[in-house]
Amino acid sequence: MTSPPERPKSVPDRLSQMLHKAFALPIETPLFRPLLVITTVGLALVCAYAYAAGWFSPTRLTPKQIIATFNQDFGTHPGFRRNHAKGVCVVGYFDGNGSASGLSNALVFGASRTPVIGRFAIPGGNPEITDASSPVRSMALQFQQPNGEQWRTGMNNVPLFAVKTPRAFYEQLEAARPDPATGKPDPARMKAFFDAHPETAGAREWGKTHLPSSSWANGTYYSINAFQLVAANGDKQFVRWAMVPELAYTPIDPIIPKAADFLSHDLEQQLQQGPLRWHLILTLAKAGDVTNDATQSWPADRTTVDAGTLTLNQTVSQDDGPCRDVNFDPLILPHGIRPSSDPLLAGRSSAYSRSFNVRTREEAEGAVTQTNNAQLIAKKGNP
Amino acid sequence: MKPRADSFSLPSRLLHWLMAPLLLAMLLIGVGMISTVSHWRLWLIGIHKPLGLALLVLVVLRLLLRLLGHSPKLPSSMPAWQRHVATLSHWLLYGAMFAMPLLGWGMLSAAGYPLPGIGAFHLPSIAPQNVTLYAWLRYAHGVCGQAFFALIVFHIAAGLLHALVLKDGVFKSISLRAKSGHR
Repeated sequence: MTSPPERPKSVPDRLSQMLHKAFALPIETPLFRPLLVITTVGLALVCAYAYAAGWFSPTRLTPKQIIATFNQDFGTHPGFRRNHAKGVCVVGYFDGNGSASGLSNALVFGASRTPVIGRFAIPGGNPEITDASSPVRSMALQFQQPNGEQWRTGMNNVPLFAVKTPRAFYEQLEAARPDPATGKPDPARMKAFFDAHPETAGAREWGKTHLPSSSWANGTYYSINAFQLVAANGDKQFVRWAMVPELAYTPIDPIIPKAADFLSHDLEQQLQQGPLRWHLILTLAKAGDVTNDATQSWPADRTTVDAGTLTLNQTVSQDDGPCRDVNFDPLILPHGIRPSSDPLLAGRSSAYSRSFNVRTREEAEGAVTQTNNAQLIAKKGNP
Repeated sequence: MKPRADSFSLPSRLLHWLMAPLLLAMLLIGVGMISTVSHWRLWLIGIHKPLGLALLVLVVLRLLLRLLGHSPKLPSSMPAWQRHVATLSHWLLYGAMFAMPLLGWGMLSAAGYPLPGIGAFHLPSIAPQNVTLYAWLRYAHGVCGQAFFALIVFHIAAGLLHALVLKDGVFKSISLRAKSGHR
């Protein structure tokens, strides 16, 4: 008879021995249950963190994914905005006329002047495309109120947005990814996307029938989303706004070939002749109007209020102009203007922030220096 | 390993247990709000900024209490290295409690974002407007937050070890239960 071979100690046994020694505990002190409690609590905390960060929900859409998709569709252009990458800075002011001060207690609507930093741009993540590549023009503004509050708004010349949700926007970006073989989006994928998203009909119809404006200066720019104005007495009113130019809308002449940067050259020339003006027109929703869907318009008979005049008197290159470092997050609002429940707003805000963080980081890391220098040289060579 | 009656002052202990859940919530809100595209983002950011400011005020108060008040010594039953680790981790926690709101405030200042305010009062800017500075402060805010969370997990695990296994009075010194008494 031989005694059974000595079993090697199990891992828990060895761990227990180690712990008893490390903490100078009598060997009879129970460890199993306390350690189970400690491990469970620790794991629960780590799981809570992982849940908040979305690690358990790979299907949850993140701002990171949206911005990565822009990179895939347009290439990475260090230091530039991931969307509306090509644009120019403008400077001016807004003269409120007091007409809207009964609707909102935001200082900007009082009968006073508010300094404005703005930016005109065209869509897409490529800062080197030609201005004629898209009928869409955008105007972004930052109103700096004297009380430290700001109103930032990013507007498009399209009265309707193509999609209703950040998810659909992401799917649209995926569908529009250029096919490496042709360099263009795959028509079949685009068709499949549009078939799955009938809400895009309004914006597509606009794209088919709208002749692009000949200039940034004669375009009307719409708020895209609805917002809520809050008056001093607490009354609330849903609105959409538009910047309507004093210059008459003139369509682009499709016959005359356009220089790559014709929009910025045109703007510069216009401003040399004098300041450009827009009127801030607020459209007031009636009860029952949809305020959480940017693909639907409101009936044409809604009351409008002319809240004041925007005057732009200077254009500056976006390479070193004051708008370069502004993230035109549509959720940066002063007291008196509140977001609606439109799901696009949080999506826009989160993606813009991600874009801002990425491009400022690139700038900080100096990745941008070389690219910018190269582009400056290229621009000077091609006026 | 006799339970000791020695403990932090009542205000210190109250502050500890008031701030503990708030700090955990802040870190989870912070990581949640930057990784969602949903409407939650508005709600979470709406909490994150004012709560961060409130926690900065609380940690100033807490440090003053800690420096001016009585702090119980760690028991001699703990090996020297554990006492060193404990002391170091406590000061790292203080460092993180100060660094997080200051980095957040600094990065908003550097980016030119409007700063939170109460009524007519708005926080002053504490950093020059400069996106390069913003980029580094934003990065530091994120990394420091992750390190802070790891530190908190470690701190809770160590606290539970003292409470459930070692029973050497260390947990009792911060617990809200009566100051003296024996198990």
